[in-house]
Amino acid sequence: MLWFLTKTLRAVITMWLVVTFVFFVLRLSGDPTMMLLPDDIDEATRDFYRRLWGLDRPIMVQYWSYLGALLQGDFGISFRNNLDAFGLVWDRVPKTALLTGTALLISLAIGIPLGIVAAFYRDSWLDRGVMAVSVFGFSMPNFFLGILLILVFSLNLRVLPSSGSGTWAHLIMPAATLGVSFAAQFARYTRSSMIDVLNKSYMRTARSKGAGPVRRVNLHALPNAAIPVVTILGFKVGELLGGAVITETVFAWPGIGRLLTNSVAARDLAVVQCIMILLALTMVLANTITDLAYGWLDPRVRVGAKAGAR
Amino acid sequence: MLHVSSMAVTIDRRRGGPVRPVREATLAVEPGRTLALVGESGCGKSMTCLAIGGLLPRRARISAGQVMFDGQDLAALPPEAAQQVRRRHIASVFQDATGGLNPVRTIGWQVAEAVRLRAGATRAEAAREAVRLLGRVGLPDPETRAREYPHQFSGGMNQRAMIALAVAGNPRLLIADEATTALDVTLQAQILDLIGDLRDSLGMAVLFVTHDLGLVAQSAEDVAVMYAGRVVETAPVADLFAAPRHPYTRGLLSALPRNAAPEARLATIDGVVPPIDELPAGCAFAPRCLQATDLCRATDPALERGLACHHGATSDPRKEEAPA
Repeated sequence: MLWFLTKTLRAVITMWLVVTFVFFVLRLSGDPTMMLLPDDIDEATRDFYRRLWGLDRPIMVQYWSYLGALLQGDFGISFRNNLDAFGLVWDRVPKTALLTGTALLISLAIGIPLGIVAAFYRDSWLDRGVMAVSVFGFSMPNFFLGILLILVFSLNLRVLPSSGSGTWAHLIMPAATLGVSFAAQFARYTRSSMIDVLNKSYMRTARSKGAGPVRRVNLHALPNAAIPVVTILGFKVGELLGGAVITETVFAWPGIGRLLTNSVAARDLAVVQCIMILLALTMVLANTITDLAYGWLDPRVRVGAKAGAR
Repeated sequence: MLHVSSMAVTIDRRRGGPVRPVREATLAVEPGRTLALVGESGCGKSMTCLAIGGLLPRRARISAGQVMFDGQDLAALPPEAAQQVRRRHIASVFQDATGGLNPVRTIGWQVAEAVRLRAGATRAEAAREAVRLLGRVGLPDPETRAREYPHQFSGGMNQRAMIALAVAGNPRLLIADEATTALDVTLQAQILDLIGDLRDSLGMAVLFVTHDLGLVAQSAEDVAVMYAGRVVETAPVADLFAAPRHPYTRGLLSALPRNAAPEARLATIDGVVPPIDELPAGCAFAPRCLQATDLCRATDPALERGLACHHGATSDPRKEEAPA
């Protein structure tokens, strides 16, 4: 219970810091009326919009009224189309969830088995091959890989659509672009974690019982090797969302990432703030889930040593 | 039952060519008896055990000699068949019991798995048998303890659990490689008693590895002394302590604290064990041996009647005192 309260309190403080930081930085970065209104508009009209959006008030007054509204669930209005900012963002959530979810699944489904195989046959040509491909995979920048895929599969081969999100075929390239570097990273983490575990003396005990290689990997090594990999997985959610911003822009995927790029460019403050809050919340949730998974995987965390046992 | 003769273990290193941590291991253990394998760190004791138990690390292999187990040569059988025999009949216990148990599995699960793999029991039978075994090795409240994890156990309790795991399914040979080394003295005695007790009730043969000669007298009937990858002397315990024949054995015995006069400095053997890839041409002990002759430096003596030493026939150990 105390654990839960501490977690929640920490999450609230994190969220508040994010809100505050984003709020001030965005306002310091320039006047939204300059970006949103035509250049040749007269100063009176500009002032009218500033008053309308409340930008004429002192910044602290704006901040407190924003915080107050936020606590009531009001994320403000988009300057660009006068729609509720939260509604705008929320409509994009499923698309981004689909893209990042697919990318994450692909990367785990490819990376973890490759890491296991590489560790089990370490120093063999198989291991070297997997590791070479993985270096290639994670050193390739997202935007570059995306453009490369478009060149090959959309322009040359004409088998996959280069932009949009209408069909499953639209999902393939963005998810691959986003997933490749994570697959490469998971392969590396899994490999080093597995090698570490395979050298532990309890693996020799498993051998001495006569457990075969498959049993040793699945029942003895993996549950141990998974612990550090899951920890890293929690951190990777942030990177995944960051990658989604770029990938969505390259493939014109109508998700949160593209909305964020467009809104930042237009200084659509309410929308940017709303997205940042949602992203921060996702991170906090991901970290909490990681903590829970960690305890579930590792009995040393779950059950503390009893007082009776030395 | 177990007769190892002239076994060698070779490691094919990735750089620097092959090395032989075990050059010539010859020993025998019979059911209901314990053979102590003694020697300094790095003399090849553990490699010998791993080779017999089929647990050699990658790149290491038995490169010569025989490992006869019940009339079958484990070194010559196809690997699958040899593993089959070992899985059924040979069990090992190592030094670090806490590290030897899987941290994410319950003690009961780990013992039950050994039961299932060795004896082919059903899940429920194996779980019951695991609890019985944990009680047998002296864990209080085995029912509850079976559901706990290694980190909730003390080192001594983990070593008991390891022994339960090893004797699951009644193996015929138990290899205890420095199984008591990490424990404090009282625990050490308890674990030794437990191993002896299990040996007698199950009729196992025990290969007990230690660098501590003090433990040999109370736990074994026979001794094999290893030096630089070779068994240099084998004898019944009483004979070895009363009349050590190999100069190295004599050195070891005189280095025991209880053999030294009060206030006197402990005896030591001058020099160090040569590294396995820089062995001298003749007898590996020759550089440290006060009796070494040109013959010793030229040819390595064969193991005959339990002794690998050129002075075997001529020297009377009782006349000569080990170097002080």
